[in-house]
Amino acid sequence: MTPKRIIKIPFEIITFLAMLAALYAIFLYAPVEKTMGLVQKIFYIHVPAAFLAFLGFFITFIASILYLYKRDLKWDAAAFCSAEIGVIFCTIVLITGPIWAKPIWNVWWTWDPRLTTTLILWFIYVAYLMLRGVVSEHQRANFSAVFGIIGFVNVPITFLAIRLWRSIHPVLITSRGINISTPMKHTLALTFLAFCLLFFCLLKSRIKLEKMRTDTEMVSALFEDKIHYQTN
Amino acid sequence: MCLFSFLVLIIFSFAFGTGLKSFKGIIPGILWVAFIFSGLLGLSRSFGVERDKGTLPGLLLCPVSPWEIFLAKMIGTLIFTVIMEIFTLLVFTILYNQNFLPFLLPLGLVIFLGTLGFSIIGTIFSAMSSTTRTRDVMLSILVFPISVPVIIAAVKATGLILDGTSIQTVFSWLKILVAFDFVFLLLAYLTFGFIMEE
Amino acid sequence: MVELQKQEYIIEARGLVKKFGFKTALRKVDLFLKKGDCLALFGPNGAGKTTLIQTLCSLMRPTSGEVVIAGFDTRYDREALHKIIGVIAHDTFLYNNLTASENLNFYGRMYHVTRLNEKIKELINLVGLNAYINDQVQTFSRGMQQRLSVARAIIHDPAILFLDEPYTGLDQQGIEDLKQLLMKFRNQGKTIILTSHNLSRGLELCNQAAILNAGVLIYQEDIANIKKDDFKQLYLKLTGEKTWPVQAPLRASSKNSRRSCGKISYPN
Repeated sequence: MTPKRIIKIPFEIITFLAMLAALYAIFLYAPVEKTMGLVQKIFYIHVPAAFLAFLGFFITFIASILYLYKRDLKWDAAAFCSAEIGVIFCTIVLITGPIWAKPIWNVWWTWDPRLTTTLILWFIYVAYLMLRGVVSEHQRANFSAVFGIIGFVNVPITFLAIRLWRSIHPVLITSRGINISTPMKHTLALTFLAFCLLFFCLLKSRIKLEKMRTDTEMVSALFEDKIHYQTN
Repeated sequence: MCLFSFLVLIIFSFAFGTGLKSFKGIIPGILWVAFIFSGLLGLSRSFGVERDKGTLPGLLLCPVSPWEIFLAKMIGTLIFTVIMEIFTLLVFTILYNQNFLPFLLPLGLVIFLGTLGFSIIGTIFSAMSSTTRTRDVMLSILVFPISVPVIIAAVKATGLILDGTSIQTVFSWLKILVAFDFVFLLLAYLTFGFIMEE
Repeated sequence: MVELQKQEYIIEARGLVKKFGFKTALRKVDLFLKKGDCLALFGPNGAGKTTLIQTLCSLMRPTSGEVVIAGFDTRYDREALHKIIGVIAHDTFLYNNLTASENLNFYGRMYHVTRLNEKIKELINLVGLNAYINDQVQTFSRGMQQRLSVARAIIHDPAILFLDEPYTGLDQQGIEDLKQLLMKFRNQGKTIILTSHNLSRGLELCNQAAILNAGVLIYQEDIANIKKDDFKQLYLKLTGEKTWPVQAPLRASSKNSRRSCGKISYPN
């Protein structure tokens, strides 16, 4: 057994255990919030997911720059995988958000800068994934890297624009404050940790899968080449 | 393009009816929706013609940098879009009985800056989407989310001008528009060479 | 010594590899040409001739390896390089909805050609399109478009010409005209690389011949040193073998021709 193997197996198990612990903490350890009631539990999923969506897109951004700089397709694969996981977490945020908002704010959706930016972010990275699907193979890496960079730089700009846009209108809902007790803090920290582990677990296996896919294609291409060679 | 924006204006008049009470509030919205949808038509032509006729390599073989090709394409799009917008404003004046003359200068400036930002973003993605099979669909999917900040700033500034607000408030939005245009121009400068590569 | 060698070659391609996804189109191609050389590049369909030409003229970025033409690297000094090369490819690079003279006018201005109007008249005359100078290109036949494409490629008087199947679509007269033109360029000391399916046409013009097969440059020789018939046989053997069924047995000779790229001795 190589040392690499020793580390690898527990990583997934730790993630699994951490997720279990997080579930326990959310539903049994953390107290029910006084004003919001049970629905506040969504908070423990919503917040880490939002953070991880952003992290995923940030990794895409960095990997895109590295790809254009180094021209190594491995960075392109990393950018793609990270964007895909980012979109998943972003979708989770956009689904849990309204569920939480409806009983508390009495609306499903408000055009608050943070919400709107998240929605735009989701659109950008869904477009990123779609772009990868339709461009020809030899241009895919370049195009998606450029889009990954422009898309990410666009995020703070969009946030700024929406905030300025909203600030002139009266903001309907301001009560965002939640009284967080110590057990709640512990629970949030634990779910954060568990979700982060889950994120890297997913990213790792997604990159591994992508690598396997390219390897298979490479082998079959090489095999064809070999035949091509031999007949000549 | 002009015909399309004409149609958009007519559809809006059916959609809202002319007797809307707070009509003034939705003018910037109608205008910019007409501008952007019609502008998109022009954008897809920008690199579409080159790809259709296979002339892009010929262009790339000329002693010019990709950045110069970008600028030329962008300015071409900008000119046609601005012509379309002037036409749209004229039609709007007639159809909706509005008078833009008192605001002409600031309004023109805002429309120009907004269109500039839209053309910059659009030209980058026109070059990308022209290689794909689903060209027009892909172009709108790529352009719209990225151009959100420019559109917000342009619509907001247009609304403020038409409300007759003080020039100071409008000016702060103009500065924002200029900043956005500059950021996207910089991004185009840094990345356009990679899009032109085969 | 090394310095001397560097200056000697006008086109230097080292270790060119071009991959499309997982398909490899070029495998470590080395190509050196002196000023005034004329290389005819042969090879079966799908051998990578077009890819090689496009990589050499900077339209494609090699996956690895480098091309230096007259001291300009195709990746970095593109603008300076483009001033001295002319390219005729499968596509004519002409705008259908413009007339012949408008097309030339556009490209001439892109290259900052001086005294452009006279130049256009001269070129149109040269390629024999006088009667059609104000006709839209979309009304042209393939052969006429090819003639105009030749005029487009040489409008800035390039020192190096890349011609990818320049004879396609041309009639007998057109082929003869183009041949005369290329001969003239050779005598002027221009460097020319062309690909062709037609052996005799390629060979009568050039002083170098090369065969590209499956992305490998398996043969490059001075034309003075080769016997035409034998060369033809080698060429036909290659193209013939390409259509052989997949289960064709591996044979010693074919193994040789693949491994010993460039080093293969010509069978006498």
